[in-house]
Amino acid sequence: MAFLELDRVAKQFGAQTVVDDFSLVVGKGEFISFLGPSGCGKTTTLQMIAGFLDPTRGAIRLEDKDLTAIHPAKRGLGIVFQSYALFPHMTAAENVAFGLEMRSVPRNERAERVRAALAMVGLAGYEDRHPRRMSGGQQQRVALARALVIKPSVLLLDEPLSNLDAKLREEMQIELRQIQRTIGTTTILVTHDQNEAMSLSDRIVVMSQGKIEQIGTPQETYEKPASAFVSQFLGKTNDFAGTIDRTATPARLVAGSWSAPAPAGLSGAVTVSIRPERIGFGDAGLGAKVVTRIFQGNHWLFQCDGECGPAIVIRQNDGQPQPTEGEAVHLTWRPEDMSVRARTVA
Amino acid sequence: MSAVAEERDARAPWALTAPALMLFVGVLLIPLAMTVMLSFHDWGQYKGIEPVFILKNWQEIATDPYYAEMFWRTFRIAILTTLLTAVLGAPEAYILNRMSGRWKSFFLLVILGPLLISVVARTLGWALLFGGNNGLVNKLLMSLGAIRSPIPFMFTETGMVVALAHVMMPFMVLSVWAALQRLDPQIENAAMSLGAGPVTIIRRIIMPQIMPGVLSGAIIVFSLSASAFATPAIIGGRRLKVAATLAYDEFLNTLNWPLGAAVATLLLVALVLIVVGSNALIERRYAEVFR
Ligand SMILES: Nc1ncnc2c1ncn2[C@@H]1O[C@H](COP(=O)(O)OP(=O)(O)O)[C@@H](O)[C@H]1O
Ligand SMILES: [Mg+2]
Repeated sequence: MAFLELDRVAKQFGAQTVVDDFSLVVGKGEFISFLGPSGCGKTTTLQMIAGFLDPTRGAIRLEDKDLTAIHPAKRGLGIVFQSYALFPHMTAAENVAFGLEMRSVPRNERAERVRAALAMVGLAGYEDRHPRRMSGGQQQRVALARALVIKPSVLLLDEPLSNLDAKLREEMQIELRQIQRTIGTTTILVTHDQNEAMSLSDRIVVMSQGKIEQIGTPQETYEKPASAFVSQFLGKTNDFAGTIDRTATPARLVAGSWSAPAPAGLSGAVTVSIRPERIGFGDAGLGAKVVTRIFQGNHWLFQCDGECGPAIVIRQNDGQPQPTEGEAVHLTWRPEDMSVRARTVA
Repeated sequence: MSAVAEERDARAPWALTAPALMLFVGVLLIPLAMTVMLSFHDWGQYKGIEPVFILKNWQEIATDPYYAEMFWRTFRIAILTTLLTAVLGAPEAYILNRMSGRWKSFFLLVILGPLLISVVARTLGWALLFGGNNGLVNKLLMSLGAIRSPIPFMFTETGMVVALAHVMMPFMVLSVWAALQRLDPQIENAAMSLGAGPVTIIRRIIMPQIMPGVLSGAIIVFSLSASAFATPAIIGGRRLKVAATLAYDEFLNTLNWPLGAAVATLLLVALVLIVVGSNALIERRYAEVFR
């Protein structure tokens, strides 16, 4: 069911189109991530939902009401900014209470809700601290509590974890996910970190240069990338040039000395995309030579020089003997693990 | 590291700051100490300055109500000037900060431009506009029949406050401007998303954060206004004296240097106390915003 809907939304700054043809339907309680490189228009899209920017074209609807007609102060959305944008002259409790004050929540109820919100983000006892006397992680929590205490219909998070160090970020990811699961607020997260998007979201919107590349669950976008951009952006991948030969019967997909029955639809030049952890070493398949072999504890990383260009292979460290550097190997994979796209031959 | 090297290291900072220190002592501390000493010397119409230690000048200042009135006027003018610059300058800086690129640089130049023109020229400008029957504005308004007698400006405290506020405005605008630069660019959006309207945002979010800037601007404007000479001299002349013009007159017209020195010393001490005191208060009050 459509809760929040973006319908062919576009934003132009002067002649520059920053977001184009952006359509998305978000269900109630869903956790969506906008994922893409810096400058691809994620923040702009989020700010159009928040109301700080007006779309040049298109419509944004919340529960079938036109959101763009509502003043940002009246939209009732919770927003966590990348810089947190806490009010430095107010204590943590005053920051969290501000939105309730604006809604004229009675004093007693206000105090109780502020206390509960700070406790939820693990900041019980920090009520009287000023933001500048708090660590980055604590400020981040105050910002989250401030956005959630008003019981927003949608929670918008603009790279909320990017200013934290790696360990803290992982902790906060888990916590964020738990909080969101508990209270069930529909959430949109903007990030350029594919791990963050994959570990947090129900669905990921992969963006590039203002356009949607793919919308799908983390697994779908990782395993069935809709474009070269998506497969490159979501982790390491191998792209091999192949061809589909429809003259043979049955039709076959060929990449170097590796071949398999051709998938339906495509023909001619194609790109075969396969994740490094889905490639195995076998007796027959794509011919290659191991160039470097790197031990990484729970897995081995092989860089190979193959018939169709360089290839990366990741093998679990399962105690089996592994090929050594310089050894000639054959790379094989299951046809269902690859994704095949048409390739334009230069 | 050897003991000798350590000793040399300890002396190095002193050696390096010595030139600046000597300049500071030579052109500031020594003349200042001499002025303070001068204020305790005696003076007579015919005997001139006598280097003795008496409290005559200080007694005169303490007992003659003329001095109390004059000092009170000095600080009243400085306070009103400060208020006027704050009330006009803070919104000015805020509006300026919200302007887009090209207009912003243009108006910043308009605000800072006057700093390039001598204070005397700027004050004389006011005199040309409002100076008695011949002032341009007065003449125009009178010929239009809007007023019957010229607007009193010269030799009035109002005139002094207006002219001083004009001179001091850039300091206030720059000081508030600096505070505005430290604001998080998303802070207004954050407040808006929580349901705050424009008035609430300015009153609850912006004002408290730029207050330190307003107050430090106020300290600058206040101390410069209280010790200003050129503007009070042109607008107030001999009729409406403030501390700086009085000290000048004692030195150069009456030639009673010791009395002039006492007036100057008192002005300096009062200013230092006020500025240091209010600065400490501000820093304590706004510790959270400053850090
Ligand atoms: N106010 C603006 N005026 C002009 N261009 C802008 C403005 N805001 C953003 N842009 C441009 O829009 C593009 C997308 O910006 P943004 O949405 O912030 O990207 P992201 O959040 O994905 O890093 C960038 O190229 C940026 O330069
Ligand atoms: Mg961004």
